[in-house]
Amino acid sequence: MSSDQGFFSDVRGPVVPGGGLGKLAWDHRDASLGALPVFTATDDPGPSFGALLSGVGRDWRSAWMPAASAAGSLQQGRDREFQAPHATTVLALRFKDGVVMAGDRRATEGSFIAHRLMEKVLPADRHSGVAIAGVAGPATEMVKLFQTQLEHYEKVEGAELSLEGKANQLGQMVRENLAMAMQGLVVVPLFAGYDLHRHVGRIFTYDVTGGHYEELDFHATGSGGRDARAAVKARWRWDLERSDAINLAVQALYDAADEDAATGGPDAVRGIYPTVAVVTAAGFEKLGDEEVEQSFAEVIASKRESGRMP
Amino acid sequence: MTIPFYVAPEQLMKDRAEFAQKGIARGRSLLALTCSGGILIVAENPSRSLHKISEIYDRIAFAGVGRYNEFDQLRVAGVRHADTKGYAFSRDDVDARALANLYAQFLGQVFTHEMKPLEVEILVAEVGWEDSEDQMYEIAYDGTISDRSGFAVLGGKNEEIVERMQGVWSASLSLDDAVPLAAEALGGTRNLAPADLEAAVLQRGAERRAFRRIPDDELAGLLGRKKSS
Repeated sequence: MSSDQGFFSDVRGPVVPGGGLGKLAWDHRDASLGALPVFTATDDPGPSFGALLSGVGRDWRSAWMPAASAAGSLQQGRDREFQAPHATTVLALRFKDGVVMAGDRRATEGSFIAHRLMEKVLPADRHSGVAIAGVAGPATEMVKLFQTQLEHYEKVEGAELSLEGKANQLGQMVRENLAMAMQGLVVVPLFAGYDLHRHVGRIFTYDVTGGHYEELDFHATGSGGRDARAAVKARWRWDLERSDAINLAVQALYDAADEDAATGGPDAVRGIYPTVAVVTAAGFEKLGDEEVEQSFAEVIASKRESGRMP
Repeated sequence: MTIPFYVAPEQLMKDRAEFAQKGIARGRSLLALTCSGGILIVAENPSRSLHKISEIYDRIAFAGVGRYNEFDQLRVAGVRHADTKGYAFSRDDVDARALANLYAQFLGQVFTHEMKPLEVEILVAEVGWEDSEDQMYEIAYDGTISDRSGFAVLGGKNEEIVERMQGVWSASLSLDDAVPLAAEALGGTRNLAPADLEAAVLQRGAERRAFRRIPDDELAGLLGRKKSS
């Protein structure tokens, strides 16, 4: 790693008082599980969970990154029989009290549907959420590490990271994934949360190189992202009420599913509806299926009423 | 050249124990108790930022008395252990008993192998879904571990507080009633103000993170309630 202070800076193994005897008693591969992970001042990983994993001899990279050669063959096999599952459309939009995040539930393997129940909008911590598009396996693993990192920081330091600090951390993780992205295993998250200092909802988008950019109003990513963005753009206002913002998110997902084969629409037969979450000063709140179902019913009814086709 | 004097192992251990006990007895006490609403931990602590009570994991809390820098190092190690374990396996696999054992091993090792023992006493508590599943482990400076049920007292003036608690504690206490009770047991004849106390609770039935600090204004309300009734 280039930077010593980076998220994944490498630190040496833990030490134990007692010198030689202590060293014998420690197994570096499982140091944090077999004995108390205590470090000397110079080796201390600080509040970084990634550095801690390196410090106790667990390579966090192996968590979501298959060997480069394997990823290469995955890429070559793209048009043939084997493909990794992909997650598709996710979006976030600001409204009066915060941010609405939404995502469909479909994961695809080429033209096959791999999963119908995938959750792509997940809480990152109490006041922020992360939505994932891209290759499902590395993306969910990245979210798990991100969630752990935020909570770990909060507990070790006794204070929450700022929203921008959280966005930065996620950017570093995306950057670490660049080698995989070059092989075709692209993970592009969308991060949104409520800024407790500025009292506004904020949205951050990422590119594969880990660059992150703040969006003023709304953003959508994934294969149906363009269609979802167009739908939101047509009706977004800064002073949307909560229910209108939810309906707009649902409408955008509906339009994305209408145009994009990889994006799943509402599934009334199985009772599967997209994930919708609201992040406000009160925290991250995932809506119940009934509320999302109701919102879909309203959107569909208004489409019928106005004579507009889907 | 100096020749080290022979010191009998009994004497060595006795000296170290005395040293650690003295250090711990200088500090103020801490009290944890199980009640119907969860596990309440109250400590005498005038500082708002240097905490004696902290969150380790979803249902696990840590509390320490004695030297702050020493028990805080143990707290951070506990967070690191819990987060790594939960990440490697599952959140359900992180438990207080395993962590308490690690603390005991570490403290025991320092006590026997280092020049200076750690001058701390720590508590690891885990709230269960039922009050019968609550766990509280007290670990002393020498690695002695004891499993407490009902309540646990750490730090100086230990016996007096235990005596006061014995008469008043019951498993059916509500959280609101337990707070003034704990403050009285800690204070004895002294009347402790909310600013002198640090309080936190592991809430029973919490979806995920059960640890919650009780802020000063809420603490003041709970302490006042008792006096008016």
